[in-house]
Amino acid sequence: MTLLDVNKLSISFGGLRAVDDFNLQIEKGELYGLIGPNGAGKTTVFNLLTGVYKPNEGIIKLDGEDITRKNTVQINQAGIARTFQNIRLFKQMSVIDNVKVGLSERFKYSTLEGVLHVGKYRKVEKEMNEEAMKLLKVFDLDGEKDTLASNLPYGKQRKLEIARAMATNPKLLLLDEPAAGMNPNETKELMDTISLVRKEFGMTILLIEHDMKLVSGICEKLTVLNFGRVLCQGETKEVLANPEVIKAYLG
Amino acid sequence: MKKKYDNLITYGIVILAFIIFQVLAATGNLSSHMRGLLVPMTYYAVIAVALNLCVGILGELSIGHCGFMCIGAFTSAFFSKVTQNVLPTAPRFILAFVVGIAFAALFGFLIGIPVLRLKGDYLAIVTLAFGEIIKTVINAFYIGIDKHGLHFSLKNAMELGMEPDGEVIVNGAMGITGTPHDANFTISIVVLLLALFVVQNLVNSRDGRAIMAIRDNAIAAEATGINITKYKMLAFVISAAIAGAAGVLYSHNITSLTASSQYFGFNASIMILVYVVLGGIGNIRGSVIAACILYVLPELLRGLNTYRMLIYSIILIVMMIVNWSPKVIDWRKKTFGRFTVRKGAKA
Amino acid sequence: MSFLTYLISGLSLGSIYAIIALGYTMVYGIAKMLNFAHGDFIMVGCYIIFSVTASLGGNPLLGILVAVVLCTILGITTEFVAYRPLRGAASPLAVLITAIGVSYFLENVALLIFGADIKSFSSVISWEGLSFAGGQLRIQGVTIVTILISVLVLVVLQLFIKKTKQGQAMLAVAEDKGAATLMGIDVNKTIMLTFAIGSALAAIAGALLCSAYPSLSPYTGAMPGIKAFVAAVLGGIGSIPGAMIGGLVLGIVEILSKTYISSQLSDAIVFGILVIVLLVKPTGILGKKIQEKV
Repeated sequence: MTLLDVNKLSISFGGLRAVDDFNLQIEKGELYGLIGPNGAGKTTVFNLLTGVYKPNEGIIKLDGEDITRKNTVQINQAGIARTFQNIRLFKQMSVIDNVKVGLSERFKYSTLEGVLHVGKYRKVEKEMNEEAMKLLKVFDLDGEKDTLASNLPYGKQRKLEIARAMATNPKLLLLDEPAAGMNPNETKELMDTISLVRKEFGMTILLIEHDMKLVSGICEKLTVLNFGRVLCQGETKEVLANPEVIKAYLG
Repeated sequence: MKKKYDNLITYGIVILAFIIFQVLAATGNLSSHMRGLLVPMTYYAVIAVALNLCVGILGELSIGHCGFMCIGAFTSAFFSKVTQNVLPTAPRFILAFVVGIAFAALFGFLIGIPVLRLKGDYLAIVTLAFGEIIKTVINAFYIGIDKHGLHFSLKNAMELGMEPDGEVIVNGAMGITGTPHDANFTISIVVLLLALFVVQNLVNSRDGRAIMAIRDNAIAAEATGINITKYKMLAFVISAAIAGAAGVLYSHNITSLTASSQYFGFNASIMILVYVVLGGIGNIRGSVIAACILYVLPELLRGLNTYRMLIYSIILIVMMIVNWSPKVIDWRKKTFGRFTVRKGAKA
Repeated sequence: MSFLTYLISGLSLGSIYAIIALGYTMVYGIAKMLNFAHGDFIMVGCYIIFSVTASLGGNPLLGILVAVVLCTILGITTEFVAYRPLRGAASPLAVLITAIGVSYFLENVALLIFGADIKSFSSVISWEGLSFAGGQLRIQGVTIVTILISVLVLVVLQLFIKKTKQGQAMLAVAEDKGAATLMGIDVNKTIMLTFAIGSALAAIAGALLCSAYPSLSPYTGAMPGIKAFVAAVLGGIGSIPGAMIGGLVLGIVEILSKTYISSQLSDAIVFGILVIVLLVKPTGILGKKIQEKV
């Protein structure tokens, strides 16, 4: 069953077609890779999918629901969560609070109950803490729950960003160059984390990546972008064997 | 539940300080000059808490917070003056708080609509602008009352066109005189404790976390499903309301209330900012302690008064560089390990 | 005729705002910081001129020269000591609060040295001015000189930025500090030069401000400084002709609202303009849009 259905998506910035006639279908449970040289428009696609930019043309459907004109918050609530190329954590908050921010749309009490610490406050906070700890355990961050996010080592910051995204209970997870700036060891660990997310949550993942090894190692399908257009789309093996892809990558 | 413990310490410090001052006063160990400082000291602590909510928790610099204090002071003083002969003291003062806080919150909301669309420097300068606008308009405002009801003017008291028995309540730059002297140290401390209760609880709730998430990274907060406008407004309105409460204490502690630059101009707002910065941005308890010490100390050490503002300005600069300069932070990490570096927002 | 008189006096005040706003807008556009203390540089400049002329009996022109040199040094020093360490700080509020601290510092140093009492400043321009229509319309010398100087400053600055290497470097730094560094531009030096120019302009503005409004106190610079910032925002922050237009508009609005609406409310009107501009067109009249990268 198709979870994400993107049709004829286009956007221009001052005459430049950053993304042009972009199509993408992702099945539920798939791990899909979006690759392409620098400036090909990969992050722009993410920004379109998450409502940061509004497309000039095209339709984005998530689970049958049209989300093209929704804003970032509504899209998150509709079921898309993301991470960022340059990690964006809530740096001056603790690890567990980062995750609890992600949980806050699912575990609710009123502002007044929050300010007075009465009513549902205690019960919901307790449930929230339990849920957050469960998530942190999955990502092996439970030992550092009270550490400030900015004091985590790089690899763990990446993990926390994924954990926070997962806390919003998404249908689709977008990962923007998760291996950027990582050493081979950290990359290896990240691949394990991504596999874990799929296993634990049955998550559908769309991943932007530069690191070809990572892509060929875990992605089932690929879309190659070049100059804002789809160059090639399909099973990982076939795509990587495509002479045009090799040409785009090697010059 | 370390945080909870932390909050209790703050209440404890305030209550302990209250008891010590009360004992000192009862045993005659407090000069009348010092007794006169207790209420102002406390309402400065209240407004410092309010500003820290805006600067430390919401992460937006306001240099017009005394404007909200001004609104709270004038609306509540107006209410008390009008109902002076109608209501008994206790309900009148409670209602005065309701009026002052509600109006400050209302202005916080109205001003928040344009202000919160801006960021950083622009936001700061617009809060300054609003603070000055509030002060200037109140200075040009005349309100009188007679048997026909209220009369308004922006020109002078004569323009009110009242019956001979009418009374001018707000007299332009002369402000409001003869507000009942309802505020005292005990009530001020209760207000401070309530302000602390609200802010500290807020910080440890889902709304508070959403607010801090926006402060730390608005783009990520939005992508995590946080409605930025809503939570920014929530923090700003609560902050304005608490500043309004400080204003109610202010106006009910003096006989002649004027919207002077000394108390409500941007220099006064900057003074509060000094308290917040010295107490630690985001550290609510620190704001209370810093406000009390910085307010009382120069009043007691008269020799210091001449150099007070100079010293504060140097403190402000040095604190910012020590706490925020990337090079200094690196150096401190190398020298003392990472644990000495600012622990972020604790409340 | 009286309207024309007020209009000219608005132009004169506006020209002073424009010169201050030029300093503001350059620093904001290039160093990306609001130098809250910029208005206080004006005050420092005035006190220097005052000291040189009134106390030491020097020539006003010598006073201005000394003020320009000392203010330039002050600007460079402030940038080096207080602002540069905070470049790249995690919170953008850090440098703004520091600038507020610097503003406070300068005001209080002046307070300690010169006291709080208002000094009467003797105009540096002794020219009587011109008289038109049989004496019905008189334009003071200081008004004419102020307007001329502001136009001159605008032209020179534009030429400097368009034609010189340093000017081009400033544009590059304003656009992208990282890329400018890669192009071999010394960012620190460029920002320092910006501060030097801005501070020198503040000294000149100070001389003109106190010649037109001859009362000098430690707080003389604060309000004109903030209003000049309003002018810079109105014109489009970072834009040099914008600062000029913004300054003139603001000066005229201020004088006309003082005359025709209410002298008490004129400040509220000026600040009201800031709010409206930021709401309707936050980029000002000539500014361009900046969007944060995701």
